[in-house]
Amino acid sequence: MGLNNLTLVELGKMIHKGEVRPHEILIDVFNRIQEVEGKVKSFITLTIEKAYEMAKDAENTIFTGKKNIATGIPIAIKDNICTKGILTTCASKILYNFYPPYESTVTEKLLKEKYVLVGKTNMDEFAMGSSTENSGFHITRNPWNLERVPGGSSGGSAAAVAADECIAALGSDTGGSIRQPASFCGVVGLKPTYGRVSRFGLVAFASSLDQIGPLTKCVADSALLMNVIAGYTHMDSTSVPIKSPDFTEKLGKEIKNFKIGIPKEYFIKGMDKEVEERVNEAIKHLESLGCIPIEISLPHTEYAVATYYIIATSEASSNLARYDGVKYGLRVEGKDLLDMYMKTRSKGFGAEVKRRIMLGTYCLSAGYYDAYYKKAQQVRTLIKNDFEKAFKEVDFIVTPTVPSTAFKIGEKIDDPLQMYLSDIFTISVNLGGLPAISIPCGFNKDGLPVGLQIIGKPFNEAEILQLAFAYEQSTPWHTKKPLL
Amino acid sequence: MQYEAVIGLEVHAQLLTQSKIFCSCSTQFGSEPNTQVCPVCLGMPGVLPVLNKKAVEYTIKTGLAMNCKIASYSRFARKNYFYPDLPKGYQISQYELPLCEEGYLEITVNNERRKIRIKRIHLEEDAGKNIHDPSGYSFVDFNRTGVPLMEIVSEPDIKTPAEAASYMKKLRTILRYLGVCDGNLEQGSLRCDANISIRPVGSEEFGVKTEIKNINSFRFVEKALEYEIKRQIRILTDGGKITQETRLWDSQTGTTQSMRSKEEAHDYRYFPEPDLVPVVVSKDFIERIKKDMPELPDKKIEKFIKQYNLPNYDAEILTEEKSIAEWFEEAVKLGGKPKEVSNWIMVELLRLLNEENKDITQCPVKPSQLVELIRLIEKGTINRNTAKEVFEEMYRTGKTAESIVKEKGLTQISDDAILIEALKEVISKNPKEVERFKSGEEKLIGFFVGQVMKNTKGKANPKLVNELILKLLKDT
Repeated sequence: MGLNNLTLVELGKMIHKGEVRPHEILIDVFNRIQEVEGKVKSFITLTIEKAYEMAKDAENTIFTGKKNIATGIPIAIKDNICTKGILTTCASKILYNFYPPYESTVTEKLLKEKYVLVGKTNMDEFAMGSSTENSGFHITRNPWNLERVPGGSSGGSAAAVAADECIAALGSDTGGSIRQPASFCGVVGLKPTYGRVSRFGLVAFASSLDQIGPLTKCVADSALLMNVIAGYTHMDSTSVPIKSPDFTEKLGKEIKNFKIGIPKEYFIKGMDKEVEERVNEAIKHLESLGCIPIEISLPHTEYAVATYYIIATSEASSNLARYDGVKYGLRVEGKDLLDMYMKTRSKGFGAEVKRRIMLGTYCLSAGYYDAYYKKAQQVRTLIKNDFEKAFKEVDFIVTPTVPSTAFKIGEKIDDPLQMYLSDIFTISVNLGGLPAISIPCGFNKDGLPVGLQIIGKPFNEAEILQLAFAYEQSTPWHTKKPLL
Repeated sequence: MQYEAVIGLEVHAQLLTQSKIFCSCSTQFGSEPNTQVCPVCLGMPGVLPVLNKKAVEYTIKTGLAMNCKIASYSRFARKNYFYPDLPKGYQISQYELPLCEEGYLEITVNNERRKIRIKRIHLEEDAGKNIHDPSGYSFVDFNRTGVPLMEIVSEPDIKTPAEAASYMKKLRTILRYLGVCDGNLEQGSLRCDANISIRPVGSEEFGVKTEIKNINSFRFVEKALEYEIKRQIRILTDGGKITQETRLWDSQTGTTQSMRSKEEAHDYRYFPEPDLVPVVVSKDFIERIKKDMPELPDKKIEKFIKQYNLPNYDAEILTEEKSIAEWFEEAVKLGGKPKEVSNWIMVELLRLLNEENKDITQCPVKPSQLVELIRLIEKGTINRNTAKEVFEEMYRTGKTAESIVKEKGLTQISDDAILIEALKEVISKNPKEVERFKSGEEKLIGFFVGQVMKNTKGKANPKLVNELILKLLKDT
C-alpha cells in the first residue's frame, strides 16, 4: 500500500516524526495517478513539475522545524479556485487559456503552509451540475463504479480523494456541490457556514450561496483543512469577522444527549429504499452513542429547489456576463461587437450554463423580477426561519445527503429537472447559509456508497465534526476503498 | 399656445478619493492607459469588491450639504449591461436603497430664489473608456473603471435653461467647497444628463420627456436645453408627438440627435449586489462628518453681506470658490477693510490669476501682503496708481510691497519744497498754457498735474500737487 492511501492525519504524524518526506508521498501519488487516472479522469490539469518543486520547498521548511498542517501534503484543488500562474478553467471552454495573475485566499493560506498542489480537478462547467458530466472537457467516472457519475459539481475532487490520487482536496458548494459528490464517492465533504471561508479567488457561480470546503478521506482531515482555510479576510466583504476555533478541538469528545432532528419532509416518496435504510441505521447508531433523535418539521422544504434555481441562476446570469471575449479567455471574432459577443458566448459556454444564464436573465427581467427573484428571496427567508425554529429544539439535523446513490453516466443528462432533484436535500442548507457535512454511512447492495448529512447551527462546524467523528470512529465505512 | 419646460438633471460627480471605490488602484487622471488597474477593477474571475469607506463618507457629506436624509441602511445593486468598457458586464451601483434622499438646493436666478429638490444621491463605480482607432480596431482604457462616482438626481423642479445652469454651478461650488469633487466638466469629473419635457403653461400634467446626454460645459447646459425646448415646441405646434428617447447633444452643430428610443432602452435587471454587505451608517459616523463640514457658500454670502457690508455682487463672486472666500476672510482678519480687499481681489487679483489660468491657492501674494499694501496707500506712502504697479510686481516676484517700493524708489513725494521746485519748472517751460489757464481754461490744471507726475516718475503725491499748483499759478 502506498503513502497516497494514507490520511492527512497519518501523514502529518509521519512527516513530523521524520518517517517520511514529502517527495516520497508525491511519488506514490503520481504513481497512483499514472495507474488510475486514465479510468477515473479526475483532473483537468496535473501540475507535476510544480508539485515536485513545492515538495522540495516543503522539505526545506520541515528541515528548519517549521512544519504546519498542510506542509508537504499533496492536495487537489477544484478548477474554479484561482491559482496564480496555473491554468484555471472552471471546466469551461470560455476559460480554456486562463492563467490567473492572483491567488485565491484559500490556496494562499495553503501556500503559506507549503502544501503540494497535485493538480486542478474536473467539475461541472462553472460548478453548474450534479454529475460532472457538464465539464467542457471530459467526464469523470466514479471510482466505485466506472459506469457511474462521481456526482458534482466537485466530482473531480471527490473522485480524486476516493481513488487515492491525492491526500485531500478542496471543492466548492453552492447547492450541494461538495456534499453530493462526497456522498456518491464515499468520502467526507464539509460545506462551511456562509462567510466562514473566504470566497476571494473562487470563480463565482452564485455569490450568495458559494462556499469553499474540504473533501477528505476522514472527518479529522476535514477538521485539519478547516484550520488552514477558515477565517476572516478583508478581501471578501461577505466573510464574517469572527475568530475561527480549532476545528479539531472537539474531536473524540462525547456526544451523549445531543439532540438530533430528523425532518419528516426529508424522507420522501420515491427515495431510494436502500438509502433510506442506511440512513435509518445511521440514526439508530447515533442513538446507541447517546444521541436523542427528535422528529422535526421544515415545512418550506418543498419550495427549496424552485427557490434555489431562481436565486442561483439570477446571480449566475450576472456573474457570467464578464466572459465576453473582450479581456481574457476565448474570443471568436465577429463582424461587429455584438456578433463577437454572441459567437464567443455561444461557442464558449456549454448547454447547462446557457440554460441557467437564460433562466436567470428571465427571472431578473423587468416585469418578472417581483414574481421570481423577489418572491424567491422571501421564500429563502422562510426556509431560513424553518431552520432557526428547528435549532431551538435540536442541536443538529440529520438527513440523507442525496435521495439516491450514484446514477449512471448519461442517465439524467437530458432531464435537467431529474438532475436538479439530486440536490433536494442539500440545497436548503445553502439557502440558510448553514454548515453541513456528508459522511459515508454504508453501501447499497451494488457496493455504491451512501452519505449521511449532518447540518449544524451557523458557525458550529466544530460541533458537526465532533458528531461526525464519533459516528465515523465507531463504524467501518471510511476504511473501505474502491477496487480500481 | 404658451409652453413651459419641466427639467430634471442627473449629475455624475467623480469623487476625489485617493483610491478607487472597490480596490486600492489610484484614481489619478491622465495616466498611460491601463496603468492603474488590478484584477478587482478589471473584474477578473473570482475577485471581489471591497467598499472604500472614504467614498461613502464623501457621499454622505454631499447629502448633508444638500439637506438630504441620510439612510441608516443602504445597499448596492448590480446594473447589468454588456459593453466593452464595463469589464464585469455589470456596474455596481445603488438602486432601491441609496445613501441619500429627499434634499434640496437653493438657487437665485433673476433675483428670484428657487428651491430645487434633490430626489436622491447614490454611489456607484465609473466605467472605462473606449478608444476607437482609425484602423477599425477599438481599445479599452480601464484606468477610469472603478473610480467612485456619485449620482445626484434632482426632481423635475427646474423651469428654464438658465435655472439649470445656475443649479449646475451651485452644485459644482458646493462639491468643491466640500472637497469631494474637483468639478472639471471638460475632463469629465463632473457630467450632466438632462431630462426635459414641455407642457402648456398652467398644465399640471407632464409631457413626454427626452433625456439629453453628453452635456460637458455650463454653456452647453443652457444651449442644449434651449435647443431641445425649441425642438419640442416645434413638434407640438406642427401637430406632432414627442417620442420618449435618449438624445445626444452635439456641440459642433448645436443640436441634439436621437441616440436610442424607449423600445431600445436597456433592461438593466437590477438586483442587490450579493458580493457586498449592506452599508449600515451609524449616527456617530454622520455626526463626525457633520463636525468636519466647512461653512457652505450660502452661509458665507449671508455673512459677507451682513458682517462685512459687501454688496450682493461682491459676496457672490468672492464665495464662488472656497479658497477665494478664505483668502478674503484672512485679509480682513488681518485688518484689511472688507470693501477695499474685495476690490483688490475682484479687479486685480482674479485678473492676474485668470491670465495664467491659476487658482488662488497658487497665488504668490499672501493675504497679509495685500493688507500691507493697503496700509501703504492709507499712510500716503504710495498712491493708488503706484499701488497697482506694486501689486503686479508683488504677484510676479512674490516680494513684499515695502521692499518693492524701496527698491524702485516709488515712495510718494509729499515734500512741499521738492514739489514746488518741480512745479516751477513746469510753469516756466509752458508759458502758453499758463496764459490760457489764467484766462479761464481751468481744465488745464490736469495738464500741469500730469507734467509734474511725469517729471517725478509718478511719485508725486497728486493731492498735494493739486493744492500747490493752484497756489503757484495764482501767484505768478
